Amino acid sequence: MSELSTTTIPSTSRSSSSVWCACLLALALLAITPGHAEAADDELRKVAVADPYLEMHTGPARGYPIFHVVDRGESIEIVMQRTDWYQVRAANGVEGWVDQAQMELTLKPDGSEVEFARATLEDFTNARWEAGILAGDFGGANIVSLYGGYSLNPHVSVEVWGSQILGNFSNGWMGSVNVVHETWPDWRFSPFFTLGAGIIHTSPKSTIVQGEDRTDEVGHVGVGLRVYATRRFLLRVEYKSYVVFTSRDENEEVEEWKAGFAFFF
Amino acid sequence: MESRFRVLFLITLVIMLSGCAATKNLFGIGDEEAPPPSSEPLGQVIDPQVERREIKEPAIDREDFEVSAFAGIMNIEDFGSDAVYGLRLAYHVTEGFFVEASVGQSEASLTSFEVLSGGARLFDDRTLTYYNLNLGYNILPGEVFVGEGRAYNTNFYLIAGLGSTNFAEDDRFTVNFGAGFRFLLTDSVALHADFRDHLFDIDILGREKTTHNLEGTIGVSVFF
Repeated sequence: MSELSTTTIPSTSRSSSSVWCACLLALALLAITPGHAEAADDELRKVAVADPYLEMHTGPARGYPIFHVVDRGESIEIVMQRTDWYQVRAANGVEGWVDQAQMELTLKPDGSEVEFARATLEDFTNARWEAGILAGDFGGANIVSLYGGYSLNPHVSVEVWGSQILGNFSNGWMGSVNVVHETWPDWRFSPFFTLGAGIIHTSPKSTIVQGEDRTDEVGHVGVGLRVYATRRFLLRVEYKSYVVFTSRDENEEVEEWKAGFAFFF
Repeated sequence: MESRFRVLFLITLVIMLSGCAATKNLFGIGDEEAPPPSSEPLGQVIDPQVERREIKEPAIDREDFEVSAFAGIMNIEDFGSDAVYGLRLAYHVTEGFFVEASVGQSEASLTSFEVLSGGARLFDDRTLTYYNLNLGYNILPGEVFVGEGRAYNTNFYLIAGLGSTNFAEDDRFTVNFGAGFRFLLTDSVALHADFRDHLFDIDILGREKTTHNLEGTIGVSVFF
């Protein structure tokens, strides 16, 4: 692909029409929503190619073939971004997908280098918002949890959890609020301690005759590990020990193990 | 008289000299005056007093989310096959990985036991609803060629996850896995064909067992 000419392979052209795809086009027209309308041309960000050439892929992934190259010095417009790929439009109207590594070698209209934000380990430490999905074992029952968190500072964050508990004998849900403390938030493997309280609701399965619905307060302590995976993605494992403050004579203790993934913003 | 001529001559001479002095630099004639020696070190010869133009760059449109509606057929083990429909929301994390939340609903037909025994139904609420949280991977990106001059991007992906199924008056922990095919009509609109197996435990027919509930759907999705 080191040839200087801007070559287009006809088989991957999106411009010519065919009677064979009339039905598909009709479906496409039905499916396109008004929100999908492209922004006006003058609102698109423009950059100039600074590398000897810029490779355009037919789709936003490494597997898609390169079908067009743009020469050094030519101007391109950025239409949109999906994950780490940018859909760009060349001066001759050809549109294709360029990966972030190549886009970082372009220049702004004023001649300075283009910077594209990419999440790093530093963002993992300093990001304000986090949301994730975890699943595991809650005292013998299955548990599926969603959580959202807000960092007050790199060490301390507040989280809100919602869980569904699915057991052999009873089902239920649990909502809780907890405070998380990370001792070494700048580590890729960052351990944390957590403390919280909430409400648990349990109802026995319909096939079990006796038993009634209960709503109790819970308190918990826990330890866990956040692991920075890639980009905005992190893995999380944790152990929590719950005390259910029942209306009966004895409180109930439940151990919970969970693993899952989360994103930070 | 002579002194008058002398004065006139001197006045004319002065005017001519001053005129030459004024036009000398205009025509580039004569010696250029040497610039006064600069006390500042050389380097920035010209000091532009122009403010750098601030260019406000338009934000790049990100399209990492994908919402889709689907419909198809779901086979509930022992309870026959019926229509299923639902919604999915996916977030594309990388070019390979995406996470997806999905909700769906179907109806349970009568079991053979219920048909043969006549009236008695095992339970009344025949609606099955599920939600699940999944992780998918675009394992085979590719293209399909329609006719002579048109190519569409496609993706074959594997997907698996956890969730809950509300069926036969209980919530049941459900594991699901499957595969799908994404056919991109444009860069923002796609058709989907999905095949998934939902596994959950049920004891409604006496003995507790793990059931396989197969679901085949087609759908339309929009990236935003």
